[in-house]
Amino acid sequence: MNATAYNFAYLDEQTKRMIRRAILKAIAIPGYQVPFASREMPMPYGWGTGGVQVTAAILGPDDVLKVIDQGSDDTTNAISIRKFFAKTAGVATTTSTEQASVIQTRHRIPEAPLRAGQVLVYQVPIPEPLRFLEPRETETRRMHALGEYGLMHVKLYEDIARFGHIATSYAYPVKVNARYVMDPSPTPKFDNPKMDDCPALQLFGAGREKRIYAIPPHTKVVSLDFEDHPFSRYRFDAPCALCGADDSYLDEIVTDDRGSRMFVCSDTDYCEGRQAAGHRGTESAAPHKERVHG
Amino acid sequence: MTAMIELDNAQKTFTMHLQGGIELSVVRGVSFHVDAGECVVLAGPSGAGKSSILKMIYGNYRCDAGRIGIRHEGAVIELARAEPRQVLGVRRSTIGYVSQFLRAVPRVATIDVVAEPLIAKGVAREEARERAGRLLRRLNIPDRLWRLPPSTFSGGEQQRVNIAHGFVSDYPILLLDEPTASLDAANRAVVVELIEEKKRNGVAMVAIVHDDEIREAIADRIIDVTAFAAAV
Amino acid sequence: MAERLTGNDEPLLVAEGLAKNYGRLTACRDISFALYPGEVLAVVGESGSGKSTLLQLLSAQLSPSSGRVSYRMRDGVLRDLASLGEAERRFLFRTDWGFVHQDPAQGLRMAVSAGANVGERLMAVGWNHYGRIREAASNWLERVEIEVSRIDDAPRTYSGGMRQRLQIARNLVTEPRLVFMDEPTGGLDVSVQARLLDLLRNLVSELGLAAVIVTHDLAVARLLSHRVMVMKGGQVIETGLTDQVLDDPREPYTQLLVSSILPP
Repeated sequence: MNATAYNFAYLDEQTKRMIRRAILKAIAIPGYQVPFASREMPMPYGWGTGGVQVTAAILGPDDVLKVIDQGSDDTTNAISIRKFFAKTAGVATTTSTEQASVIQTRHRIPEAPLRAGQVLVYQVPIPEPLRFLEPRETETRRMHALGEYGLMHVKLYEDIARFGHIATSYAYPVKVNARYVMDPSPTPKFDNPKMDDCPALQLFGAGREKRIYAIPPHTKVVSLDFEDHPFSRYRFDAPCALCGADDSYLDEIVTDDRGSRMFVCSDTDYCEGRQAAGHRGTESAAPHKERVHG
Repeated sequence: MTAMIELDNAQKTFTMHLQGGIELSVVRGVSFHVDAGECVVLAGPSGAGKSSILKMIYGNYRCDAGRIGIRHEGAVIELARAEPRQVLGVRRSTIGYVSQFLRAVPRVATIDVVAEPLIAKGVAREEARERAGRLLRRLNIPDRLWRLPPSTFSGGEQQRVNIAHGFVSDYPILLLDEPTASLDAANRAVVVELIEEKKRNGVAMVAIVHDDEIREAIADRIIDVTAFAAAV
Repeated sequence: MAERLTGNDEPLLVAEGLAKNYGRLTACRDISFALYPGEVLAVVGESGSGKSTLLQLLSAQLSPSSGRVSYRMRDGVLRDLASLGEAERRFLFRTDWGFVHQDPAQGLRMAVSAGANVGERLMAVGWNHYGRIREAASNWLERVEIEVSRIDDAPRTYSGGMRQRLQIARNLVTEPRLVFMDEPTGGLDVSVQARLLDLLRNLVSELGLAAVIVTHDLAVARLLSHRVMVMKGGQVIETGLTDQVLDDPREPYTQLLVSSILPP
């Protein structure tokens, strides 16, 4: 297959213009889901077709692209998408949050603070936060239009009634710019506070559902809650086994079939950066070094 | 004396559409008045239209011609032409109706059935219950029954609950449709006593009673309804 | 003297010359009346008489072909429902109005707990304290005679009568001033009906609710309503005090209804 047969970043210019228009509208109405004519992409739905289309539409030759999947730069999905753009757009890629200008993500926001000029592109499976209780699209659209969000609290109420606390731990609904309630895609609620007043532009693409929405830089993003059950972040109560970080979101890794496990940063770039700076966890020696040298 | 009730040529006719539109004239030219503190007894054989007149005064039957003036909250209201909500207003504060049969809502305790007219008029629940209790006691309904719904009672007991329900409130007008029908002598005497008290309090009453003794005891005037019989 | 009574209390809902046509078919025509605070109006008639269409017109779910419906908002101003924006109309529906459907599944969220079903309207008007929402829901379950221990169960685990009572609680929690009811006892067993009617009757009088109840059951009308409108062929053919219309029916059709003889 000859990459030069493709237009820059795979999509044709007309499609990119269409998507950019949707993005501009989304930025103009923070949190509002803008319909767009989602294209077939050379990957299955659920693999980030929405995010890929948004990335393709905003990418320029000078951009530096980072792709993460659950915080990791080196899973199949992240590597495929990175290679896809390296090939079709010829852009530089990186695993460094700091150096990237565009970061496409599935289910995480990097630990390192984002800065102005960066764009975070989320892959979104189900963009409609009200879908849980209201299956009719006509009705959910009307509810958004009229700002009728009682239903969102019904979901949280059900959580507390059933589990004693708000058990929703990812895709935790937020209110954007004091207007639209938005599903932040299945990121852990640990990441919700990072969306608030973020200097970077945040774009959300749902390929199958054909929706794009956005949070412009420095927009107010508030996680919904009850006065007597306020929003709280959640992380495993442990330091990262590799870098010792006690403020990062952790993945649980089962290490044998006898119930042993360890907790490590889900953000691999953050973890490696800390280790390079000399931070050490309880198990930092073997597995990590192997990878560095490998 | 102030006329509390004033009927002037009142007329009642039923048109029976299901029986080929037969016109059934019940009464016509009904004219009489009842003053405060007076008890007027309607007399006449059954079928003469006594109950129909009572029901017209209560607004339960429509009055087809003539007028029925009721003194209500200091003014005279023309009941035959009044709006439904005005009639309801009259029933709420001016006219009480004691029928032969108790029409009570199932599951409601006797004490609350009796207290209900007071509560509807804004009397506090506790006070209303207390007044209801006093009356039930006078009518020889034992305390232990007060918490039960009257639907479980005997006919005579239900009748007495019904009387208590009708007499508990301070309506300036009372319509009594055979209030003593199935009562024993002792309870009949209580009812006569209650009617005497109402008179002393200036209540205007229209009654239908078949018992001659009671009629003599309570009637200030007797009106023979056959005079209003509609000759067809 | 007649004016004295009407004096300072003003109508809550006013229908003027209401009509609804579907092409050449007339579902409702020339209906006018005023409903006052605390007044319960029963609309009776057989299927196809236009009573359900009327209910939809009154509750702004349908727009009339001609005529209008006005409602006195909480600020005391009488407003034409057609002039309200959709947001205002929906807000009315969630706060100042209730709508009790014949089929509780239409008025409830069947997959959501009873507590959340009752609490939803409160959350919709900004209640943001879980404990207080739950307390209000518990109180209402008690008022409609549902065991509070069932608060976390979804209504699909409830019996028909319980579902209907839950639907009533869900509607009344915001203390509406006007409730529309469409055959509220329709699909229920007779014994369950009696209990529901008793409950409704008490709630309506305790809360001073105004209500428009559509029913084909004259016993429901007699027990719950102050006033009745008899409909036939899209028109109101007789109206008045409930006991007057039922005990002294004037129109041939009403006499038929009352004597329970089915029209030919």
